Amino acid sequence: MSLIHKTAAELGAMIAAGEVSAEEVAAAHLDRIEETEPKIRAFLHVDREVTLAQARAVDARLRSGEKLGPLAGVPLAHKDIFVTKDMPTTAASKILEGWRPPYDATVTARLREAGLVFLGKTNLDEFAMGSSTENSAFGPTRNPWDLSRVPGGSSGGSSAAVAAYQAPLSTGTDTGGSIRQPAAVTGIVGMKPTYGGSSRYGLIAFASSLDTPGPFARTVLDAALLQEAFSGHDPLDSTSIDRPVPKVVEAARNPDVAGMRIGVVKEFDGEGYQPGVLNRFREAVKMLEALGAEIVEVSCPSFTVALPAYYLIAPSECSSNLARFDAMRYGLRVGDDGTRSAEEVMALTRAAGFGPEVKRRIMLGTYALSSGYYDAYYGQAQKVRTLIARDFEAAYQKVDVLISPTTPTTAFPIGERADDPMAMYLADLCTIPSNLAGNAAISVPCGLADEDNLPVGLQIMAPVLGDDRCYKVGAALEKAFEARWGGPLLKEAPAL
Amino acid sequence: MSAITRDEVAHLARLSRMALTDEELDHFATQLDVIIGAVAKVSEVAAQDVPPSSHALPLTNVFRPDEVRQSLPPQQALSGAPAVEDDRFRVPRILGEEM
Repeated sequence: MSLIHKTAAELGAMIAAGEVSAEEVAAAHLDRIEETEPKIRAFLHVDREVTLAQARAVDARLRSGEKLGPLAGVPLAHKDIFVTKDMPTTAASKILEGWRPPYDATVTARLREAGLVFLGKTNLDEFAMGSSTENSAFGPTRNPWDLSRVPGGSSGGSSAAVAAYQAPLSTGTDTGGSIRQPAAVTGIVGMKPTYGGSSRYGLIAFASSLDTPGPFARTVLDAALLQEAFSGHDPLDSTSIDRPVPKVVEAARNPDVAGMRIGVVKEFDGEGYQPGVLNRFREAVKMLEALGAEIVEVSCPSFTVALPAYYLIAPSECSSNLARFDAMRYGLRVGDDGTRSAEEVMALTRAAGFGPEVKRRIMLGTYALSSGYYDAYYGQAQKVRTLIARDFEAAYQKVDVLISPTTPTTAFPIGERADDPMAMYLADLCTIPSNLAGNAAISVPCGLADEDNLPVGLQIMAPVLGDDRCYKVGAALEKAFEARWGGPLLKEAPAL
Repeated sequence: MSAITRDEVAHLARLSRMALTDEELDHFATQLDVIIGAVAKVSEVAAQDVPPSSHALPLTNVFRPDEVRQSLPPQQALSGAPAVEDDRFRVPRILGEEM
């Protein structure tokens, strides 16, 4: 089997044993990227020399006897919303085109420290606002399963890169589903850690009370290894949790659901759900039951208003966060001809630099926070947020984890929802509640939909700092499904 | 009845410091009307006695030690600036002509 088809755990072990160098592994993936990028367009930035130099440095550290983690020398595709000193960072926005940050995000720094090698920066919906990667100012990424379809979003470059074997691992951020939904529609694993479990320092902010960095991988164990590599308390992020990181790798190595109580959320069913998605989900429920779990139907009535609450809270926070793009200290500046005021330059720059979805959300947030509307919109959405957290709390009195389809449909065609914001927002229907409550949640592949032979994801939700439960159940499902399928789901994907 | 008028959208664009074209304002007015109509569903929830949550974690007053640490040197801090003068960010005029 070629290097690009190996898991991160396998590559890490081979590199540690000296069977292959980090440089050789990086080169194999760079070749794969060169070969497949014209079709996939997962990356905004690739620099072969920078990547190979990083890999050689890791090889040198290993040769000198430095103790590095299990992923030392393993290549990774980094979402272009984490700032990186040696690569540009754009958040897929024209307002940041060509920007070279003067510092590293905490996630970036920890991955470097652990010896991971960056293959490049991946495409996303501008400032992580979207569910398809079509909102990138630099063009859409394509789904490796069907090049006419979206790879999900906002972390669609990261999901496509891993599904296309361009990288064994990638990073993402999940504000309303931006890791789980792209993982689901590309047939890979994607995890949203507990809010505060992974640092936001150096992550370009969209909605600060929701943004959560997390991993993509082709296996549950690889995702756990990556999460462990960048997790843990960070004094530079005031919302970072100062508690031990859940034992996610141990959980991923011990797949077992016998005796667990698993709740099926009643509200995530019915109208708007593709029949093939529901069929695969119901099969997975039966499989969990066969593996010894007790299945309990759970009602979370406030989940039905999670989507509207989210589309008030997230735009409100975005309208405030994106005020920093003011054309003064970094990024684009338009119309500064010596006659215009700072305010005029600011307005021209923001109009030229932001794409339509970002403009919509800034205005929606500004509206929701306006005096006279605040109580009815933002204030009321915050109360709904409390009710959703209470629904979760009540559910976790009865069950250990909750499950649902990750997203109501499989990957949709590029262009289908591009100018219909409400249709696009529905892609996050099942993923949003976990963001509003700060809970952990993972998406694992659970088969192909009957109608279109495209991947379906199953979501496993767990309480705050219950990340290990997501991995335990996810690994059990992965093991059972792969036994049934005769290998990973991705082997069904067409050759590129 | 529409949830938001074109004039209100133009006002929001001004508040947001975005010089939008007439065409953009027409387009966004239609779309924001649909979106606001949909998100207004939150108002149907009876929540008079429910406290609001601004955040998922029960964190308040998080401090780190007040220690002097290395910061970015000026050249690096200014490295992404659109215009620089004398080790400072150069900005367009911020006061009116009469000042």
